[in-house]
Amino acid sequence: MPPASEKPVNVGLFVTCLVDLFRPSVGFAAVKLMEDAGCTVHVPDQTCCGQPAHNSGDRGHTKAIARQVIAAFERFDYVVAPSGSCAGMIAVHYPELFTGEPDWTKRARSLAAKTHELTAFLTDVLGVDTVTAAWSGSATYHDSCAGLREMKVREQPRKLLGSVDGLELEEMADADVCCGFGGTFCVKYGEISTDIVSRKTNNIAATGAEMLLAGDMGCLLNMAGRLRREGSAVQVRHVAEVLAGTTDQAPPIGEAKDG
Amino acid sequence: MEFMNPGAFKANAREALTDENLRSAMGQLAAGFVPLRQAAVDRLPEFDLLRERARELKDHILANLDFYLERFERNCTAAGGQVHWCATAEDARQAVLAICRTVDAKTATKGKSMIAEEIGLNPFLENHGIEPVETDLGEYIIQLADEPPSHIIGPAVHKTKDQVSDLFLHHHRKHGRTERQTEPAKMVAEAREILRQRYLDADVGITGANYLIAETGSSVIVTNEGNGDLTQTLPKIHIVVTSLEKVVPTLEDMTTFLRLLARSATGQEFSAYTTISTGPRRPDDPDGPGEFHVVILDNGRSAMLGGEVQDMLRCIRCGACMNHCPVYHSVGGHSYGAVYVGPMGAVLTPSLLGIAETRHLPCASMLCGRCEEVCPMQIPLPRLLRHWRERAFEGDGVPAAERWGLSIWAWFARRPWLYGQGARLAVRLLRYLGRERGRLGKLWGAGGWTDGRDLPAPEGRTFQELWRQRRGKGGAA
Repeated sequence: MPPASEKPVNVGLFVTCLVDLFRPSVGFAAVKLMEDAGCTVHVPDQTCCGQPAHNSGDRGHTKAIARQVIAAFERFDYVVAPSGSCAGMIAVHYPELFTGEPDWTKRARSLAAKTHELTAFLTDVLGVDTVTAAWSGSATYHDSCAGLREMKVREQPRKLLGSVDGLELEEMADADVCCGFGGTFCVKYGEISTDIVSRKTNNIAATGAEMLLAGDMGCLLNMAGRLRREGSAVQVRHVAEVLAGTTDQAPPIGEAKDG
Repeated sequence: MEFMNPGAFKANAREALTDENLRSAMGQLAAGFVPLRQAAVDRLPEFDLLRERARELKDHILANLDFYLERFERNCTAAGGQVHWCATAEDARQAVLAICRTVDAKTATKGKSMIAEEIGLNPFLENHGIEPVETDLGEYIIQLADEPPSHIIGPAVHKTKDQVSDLFLHHHRKHGRTERQTEPAKMVAEAREILRQRYLDADVGITGANYLIAETGSSVIVTNEGNGDLTQTLPKIHIVVTSLEKVVPTLEDMTTFLRLLARSATGQEFSAYTTISTGPRRPDDPDGPGEFHVVILDNGRSAMLGGEVQDMLRCIRCGACMNHCPVYHSVGGHSYGAVYVGPMGAVLTPSLLGIAETRHLPCASMLCGRCEEVCPMQIPLPRLLRHWRERAFEGDGVPAAERWGLSIWAWFARRPWLYGQGARLAVRLLRYLGRERGRLGKLWGAGGWTDGRDLPAPEGRTFQELWRQRRGKGGAA
């Protein structure tokens, strides 16, 4: 826990559309982690970061949504997302959108500079090294592409998971290879996506881990969906749920309350 | 499988996904090239510095391309060579044919050349009575199979050993070989013995070029089999078919790219052969061709200069992007329906053929960024793929349903209150449908997802709805 500073750290939580829709418990886990670290968390009205439009080549709608996000979040000290993908959209891609619009480029850059993925924010910005959570069993961690390559998230979640009481981390082969989600890719090219996620689930199974963790809801829905279809017993959760010690708040992704 | 039709990508991919031979071959490719490259990179601490240097060097070359090309032409001509400038693929084919006709060529041996593939040289020569004989083992295999290359450095990487064994048995009968060879070394030896006479019989030898050296007027090829050397030194005429971005100022500069190329491609420190050719045979030379021609193709490249896809011209054709691409691993090179495949092909092909017919190529990617991560020339492939997606979206190639779906979604996404109301309804409905198992096995309109995986059910309330309930309007507790 960082030393209490005189001025509160105001964080705008960009909860991401998938967490908002599918798994609010991840949002509350993120809030808990940041509040435990002394932050004041705010949740302005929000929808999506615009990736579906951006990845479809629809620059017009992407910019319109980006402007909305910039306007809603620029008043905070930091913007944090429980997702490398959405954080990457804001931090890496927003500044590239506004060619010929210096005012919006400036605002986009300013927002980009204070936008972070959750686990990287905890460790790199807040200096949190350990969490007070327990989960007994073995887990494996999947590196989501944008988190890894755009936001440089690799050691941060592993470091924090290392402090979870009882948790054994079993690295899978090709943890840094895409799970085949790719946003709209997984629907437009569903068969290819299924093939790619099947390689991922084979690697997951080979670790013998009881639980799969990752930091992005899109990848998690994809991998959980495939694991459930395959009849696998591996539980799937967002890394924030384990770090916050809130795994009792919801059943694993894709499972009913009674398991 | 529809070769050379990028519009058939989806159908090709579907076929590829059930091709067990291809799956086996692709599994070996991923298991081989990826760790080999990583080990080679780990052994070279300055690898990333070298990438920076190579990128800067290539950007400098591209900014001064006319200067270096003219310098190359001057020095090549001074060494006795002839340079042929070709704006289009047809110009290049005609240039090669005209040279072949000066010696009434019947056969032409060929080293591996992607430019020859790009201009469709083999079928063209065949139609004009000249038999092309591929001498690179991979190219030789796919020539027997009558298929295009599926990889820019390993043209037959989609074939298993057994498939090659069958091909050799079938095609080598006419050379008196009737025994099925299954040992790789014996298979190579058999092909080599058959090719030996073809080298000697050839009137013309055609190679590509990895580099053109402006200061010396030389062309350079990098191979592992030595076939290029025999192809270019034994016949009367050596024709180099290449493209204009291959020019490099000096031999010293070339070494920067060479140090990256083999490590990125195969994990070798250096390829087995690096052959520098400068002009035709000189009076004192023990051997060499009587004529040395360099056919330099533009075919849309100069139009890429100064534009958003100029960075693609940095490519040194190592194949690392496809070796690391999960989509390529799943569907193989032929699915792309184009000469250039994988991530680099998905950027280059629309540049060469236009986006209208090729839009699947940049769209069939998760934009996972692994290609950019391993690209020795730091080409921002995901950004360039997005560039093509934007051009496709501006055109009329995007299906109306996709366009409308996106517009409706974006309309809501720009109205948070309405979006929130819709979201509340949607998550309740999905929650209800998946209430028993916590997931949905099928969902109307979502077959792309549910054909291969379940859809985890939402928890039933949106985060923002719960947050407002628990913390009140406006945020923090």
